[in-house]
Amino acid sequence: MNDSKKHTVKEVRLMKGNEAIAHAAVRCGCDGYFGYPITPQSEIMETLMELEPWNTTGMVVLQAESETASINMVYGAAGCGKKSMTSSSSPGISLMQEGISYIACAELPCVIVNVMRGGPGLGTIQPSQADYYQSVKGGGHGDYKLITLAPASVQEMADYTVLAFELAFKYSTPSLILADGVIGQMMEKVILPPFQPRMTEAEIREKCPWATLGKTADRKPNIITSLCLQAEQMEAINLRLQKKYRDIEDNEVLFEEFSCEDAEYIIIAFGTTARVCQKAVEMARVEGIKAGLLRPITLFPFPTTAISNYADRIKAMLTVEMSAGQMVDDVRLAVNGRIPVEFYGRLGGIVPSPDEVLKALKDKIVIK
Amino acid sequence: MKEEIIIAGFGGQGVLSMGKILAYSGLMQGQEVSWMPSYGPEQRGGTANVTVILSDERISSPVLNTYDTAIVLNQPSLERFESKVKPGGTLIFDGNGFHKFPTRTDINIYRIDATEYAFANNAAKTMNMIILGGLLKVRPIVQVANVLKGLKKSLPDRHHHLIPMNEKAIQTGMELIQKVN
Repeated sequence: MNDSKKHTVKEVRLMKGNEAIAHAAVRCGCDGYFGYPITPQSEIMETLMELEPWNTTGMVVLQAESETASINMVYGAAGCGKKSMTSSSSPGISLMQEGISYIACAELPCVIVNVMRGGPGLGTIQPSQADYYQSVKGGGHGDYKLITLAPASVQEMADYTVLAFELAFKYSTPSLILADGVIGQMMEKVILPPFQPRMTEAEIREKCPWATLGKTADRKPNIITSLCLQAEQMEAINLRLQKKYRDIEDNEVLFEEFSCEDAEYIIIAFGTTARVCQKAVEMARVEGIKAGLLRPITLFPFPTTAISNYADRIKAMLTVEMSAGQMVDDVRLAVNGRIPVEFYGRLGGIVPSPDEVLKALKDKIVIK
Repeated sequence: MKEEIIIAGFGGQGVLSMGKILAYSGLMQGQEVSWMPSYGPEQRGGTANVTVILSDERISSPVLNTYDTAIVLNQPSLERFESKVKPGGTLIFDGNGFHKFPTRTDINIYRIDATEYAFANNAAKTMNMIILGGLLKVRPIVQVANVLKGLKKSLPDRHHHLIPMNEKAIQTGMELIQKVN
């Protein structure tokens, strides 16, 4: 993703991750943003308001009365085949869970952005990754999954906004961008994606035949609902959803490796923590420790096979998260007891430092 | 080249904007840059700090706990960051309001009385640019020409008439900074 050197200085911008999401949304032809402010992601709506896309692309930007209203506005817009999105931070995302479950069941495409902060409860406004379980294990009720993308740079905030919409429409399912306060707030270089026009009504009718844009004489009414009182029918819906999730697992796994070729120890981390761990790996290499980093980019689908393959080649793994240890469960399932998988984490809004990670790597796995 | 910098002080001293100008200057000379603010419940009078990294290579961690250069503009920031300068690194402080001074002998310590100068010359708003000038004198990590280009890119047009004043402040800072140890 980091190919900024190929471009001229003019095309390269310096902005916050939150701002990059807003720019990318307008540029990829988003039809509507509905949200409610909360730190550390308020710049998303703020930037959209500054960009005034309703004057250029015609995109709607609306501050709803609550997060619950936002997600249900997204549900309504998505039902019309519109590219719609919302964003919030941890407590706000919790409020949205009912709506997210409805949208997943109704099989509608949309993008949800969670710029995580320290919890539980209202918690802090500092960075955290403690919403991993909520994001990939359900969050709301019922058997559903969200395609979950974990950006680790401002460039990826822009790129994955575009990708999240593509995947949402490809599978007719909600996509989640799971970022944290660091990536939302920090400024880095970014090359924004090219402008794509918003879909016309004719294009929506063609690409989303289920959309409720008004019935034409040649078809039955489109009904969008997540209510189905016949258990047999509801099971059929569930089986269809599960098949879709297996397709996503087969086709959409993304991850990045750093110094893994000859590694004896591999750190698994995502988002900001992966950046910190990359530095720890650089420091470990200077000390002669053969360390590597595997960064899951999609958290669902999880890079289970890639991690499993390393378990036959290396001595041990360390999972590092800004949580009490959530993704480590999925790493352990992938490794299935073949090698030790240790955990190091900081909680409540503290970002681990590269030195701490290096120390944890040595204390927990190298010395053992 | 890679320079890892922490700038820390009170909210309102221009800590975050100084970092932003450095980051834009790095951008102007084709470097990789990251600008990571402490974005807690800071406000005017509270503490604020920003980590700026300029590098010829891809930047891994935007969050650090040791720095090549620390610029500290108040007592609590000195106490927090003096120990976090790498041996052989640089510490720059503005002596205004300090009652305890840096003590390390394995780093290069510089003092720049930018606050005093800026207030005496009725130019309080250029204080951070004076400090930036001091930094660039002792750590010429970005060219002044690129700082000015960065200002032009980051400031809205209506503020472009202030750029010469900022350039003058940078020159002042270059003259004001003094080595302490």
